Parts: sequence; C-alpha cells; structure tokens
Amino acid sequence: MRIAESTISSTSLNTEPALRWNRKDLVGLRELSVDEISFILETADAFKQVGTREIKKVPALRGKTLVNFFVEPSTRTRTSFELAAFRLSADVINISATSSSLTKGETLKDTARNLEALHADILVLRHSSAGAAQFLANRLKASVINAGDGAHEHPTQALLDLYTIREKRGKIAGLHVVIIGDILFSRVARSNIFGLVKLGARVTLVGPSTLVPREFEKLGVEVSHKIDNVLPSADVVNLLRIQHERQRKEYFPGLSEYTRFFGLTKERAKLLKSDCLIMHPGPINRGVEIDSQVADGLQSVILDQVTNGLAVRMAVLYLCGGIATT
Amino acid sequence: MKNGKQNSSAGVPIMDAEAIRRALRRIAHEIIERNPRLAQVVLAGIPSHGVEIARRLADSIRAIEKIDIETGIVDVAMHRDDVGTRPELPVVRTSKLPMPLEERTVIIVDDVLYTGRTVRAAMDAINSFGRPARIEFAALIDRGHRELPIRADYVGKNLPTAANEKVRVRIGSANEPDGVWLLKPEAAG
Repeated sequence: MRIAESTISSTSLNTEPALRWNRKDLVGLRELSVDEISFILETADAFKQVGTREIKKVPALRGKTLVNFFVEPSTRTRTSFELAAFRLSADVINISATSSSLTKGETLKDTARNLEALHADILVLRHSSAGAAQFLANRLKASVINAGDGAHEHPTQALLDLYTIREKRGKIAGLHVVIIGDILFSRVARSNIFGLVKLGARVTLVGPSTLVPREFEKLGVEVSHKIDNVLPSADVVNLLRIQHERQRKEYFPGLSEYTRFFGLTKERAKLLKSDCLIMHPGPINRGVEIDSQVADGLQSVILDQVTNGLAVRMAVLYLCGGIATT
Repeated sequence: MKNGKQNSSAGVPIMDAEAIRRALRRIAHEIIERNPRLAQVVLAGIPSHGVEIARRLADSIRAIEKIDIETGIVDVAMHRDDVGTRPELPVVRTSKLPMPLEERTVIIVDDVLYTGRTVRAAMDAINSFGRPARIEFAALIDRGHRELPIRADYVGKNLPTAANEKVRVRIGSANEPDGVWLLKPEAAG
C-alpha cells in the first residue's frame, strides 16, 4: 500500500495524533491510559456529528460483521450497540441467552469459536461472569467489546458518562463526582471510578455501608454514608439503579428505606448547586433512587447520556473493529 | 538501508511561501469569476491542510470582494473505502458544514490531488449532509496518477511526479515558513 501511505503523509503532516490506537479489544477502563480514554472521547466527537446529518450513516465498517452476544438480558445497551453498528454500515447479528446454544450446554469458548468460524469481526459481549470478555479477547482474533461482565466492568457506559460530563462542563479534572447507590455490585460504578480517577476528578461514593464498603477507598475515592453532607459540593451526581432483582436481603433493608436515606428526592435536590449535573445509566426506578420531577428536571442529562452512548459506541467499534483487521 | 525521517528542507523545493500565496490568490480570483452568486459558496477543507487553505481562500475573497464566504470542514476518514487494508487506522475528525446544503456550491479544498480517492470520500461525506447544487474541487498541487475519474476545478500548480516520489506540503505551521517539496525515493532504496 505504498500509494495510500504517501497520500496520508501528504495530508497529515502537521497534525500527528497524540496517540496511535492499537487495541483490538475493549475490556475495561482499568487498563486504559489517560491518552487512550481522551482519544476515544475525541473520536466520539466526530461520530456524534454524524448523528446530526441528513444521512446518519458512514461506510467505515462496511463489510464487517458484528455479533451482539448477550448472555444477560439488556435492551438499551444492545440496541445502542446495534444502532452504532448500523451507522457504521456493519452487519449485525443478535444472539441472546435464551436463543443460544448456551442453554444446551455449549461452553462460552465453543460458542465464540463458532461465531468466529462464521467470520464475525466484532463480538460485543454481555455476560454474568466477571472476566468473560477478557477470556474471549485472549482467544479470538475478532475484536471483543465488553458490554458488561458480572460486577467487573462496563466500559462503554463509563465512557459515555465521561463524555457527557466533558461535554456539559468542558472538563473532568477537578470536578467532584458523587456516585450514589449499589456500588458493590455495580460494574458501572467500577468503570466510572477507574475513568474518573484517571482523568483527575474527585470521586465520592455514597450508599448504605453494606453496599459501599470502605475498601473502595483503595481505588482513590472517598466513601460516605451520609448523602446530605456530600450533595452541596457535588458537580455531578451519578445515580445507579437499585438492582432489586439482584439484591440479597442481608445487604438491603427495603426500597422505601433506601429512598428515605439515599434517594434523590425533590427536597434533597435543593441541596445541589444549580449547575450540578444529574446522571443515571437507566433504566430509572422513578420514586426509588430518584424522584420523577428531578429525573425530568433541568439539571438532568439522562437523555443526553443515551445520545452520547451511541457516539461513544461508534467510536469504540471504529477503533477496535478497525484495528482488528489492519 | 537508510530509513531516517526526512525533515522538510530535504527534497526539491517546488513552491515557497510567496509562490503559495500567489497561487491561492489566483484561485480566489477564479472562484469569484466562476461563481456569480458568491454568497452560495461554501469552502470545505479536508483536514488538516485543506482547512488552512480554505481559510486563506476565504480571506483572499473577502479582501477582493468584501464578502464573507462560509467555510467548513469535511472529514474523510470515516468515508474511506480502505479501512482495514491500511497500515494504520485513520484518525477521524469532526466535520462541520452548514445545513441545508441545497442551493449551495460546495468547493472541496485539499493540499494535494493524487489518486482522487480522498476527494471521492469527501463527496460521499458531503452528500450525507444534503444535496448541494454543485460540488467543485480546489487543490494546491495536482501531482497526477489518478485512480478515479476525478479532476480539479482549481489548481495551484501542476506537478508531474513519479509514483514512488512524495509531495510534502507545509502550510500554517506556527514557526516554520510555508512550502512544497518533492521528495525523491532514496537511492539506496
């Protein structure tokens, strides 16, 4: 490809990118450098612009096949990846737990190898076991994107949260980000913590001591069990969904008690600075972790997160999917 | 085999800053002459040199005709037809074009016209924003070797080259003068 090379060098002389992307997989934010995270967010800027065009589709991944392999149920993450892939002109196959051979006893590795035999280029994996994405990334030539593995990481959710904060506040370093809720079981919280700490935010985790143990301080964050003390200094509040389908009784007293102590009620929202952003990865439990008026209020950027999720996932698919075949 | 990085002063000088300035001023005059409805024109630069050249053309047109021409950015990386076959992944940049594009004449601006594939990708990108009345193309250098049926409407300089030579353009650098150089393949290579 000598010709292509010299074309590139004639157009990109003065603006060498700070970084050359070389990962075929995205497993978590823990292993990414600050530059890599920033590079994904900048790439997402370009793809967000595509969503404002008359034709919201580019040929970047034309001819590539993406498999959405969701062993755990998910609608919004799967749909977001699916639409991101469509907008990059990739072909998409959706496989869910109930329709897959996993119910017939096939191992994860065998299923994945079968997908690879079909020449799948990108595998988006949602799995109940921590480490599942890394397991497949190590074994497959295809690009593996972690769409949530157990209580480990959910990197694209954290990236879209970072993107939204950066978009709304112009920066991340120096901001006080408060994450409230079920931190212990939350891969969203874990990925957010890794990303926010790397980018220089001050992070405080808030929730009942059973769900927000002090051990988290080792990750470079603060832990509080008194929400009213923390809210006045927050620049961003990220409310995690109470995963009542996963809760075990010993961790959790009850929904109404949770709301009383940790819910972002109308009254409690008055403690917030007027420019504090309110975020939620969805789906929201109205009246549990957040009041309806607060979720729909002016400070809420919950729907911006959904829009930005599409741009961030396009960026991740472009970078990892593009590199896997080069 | 020597494979060290060549600095910009290596190679045969083709244009200096003054020659570039004159060529762009001539192109600005040609754009004015061929577009009686100048306000409809959008200069869409391809990053990164094309963006700088488009800015200078707009400055020239403003100086000559006292009219502000709209400029934009058209990123071609996500519209290329060779992602996955190149040694590295092209960096995508944010496009910026006025909408709607109907009724407008979009002039794509780039530094070097070579195979024509970049311009084809730029036309693809522009069409995703809308359907301009007309698309034209301005290049500082036309070095030949087209692989597609594409030509430039405005050319700063025609430069016959061999396929194994490289054209190096420096424009808009903070601390070094503008210039164009032709780099010959190294004798040992």
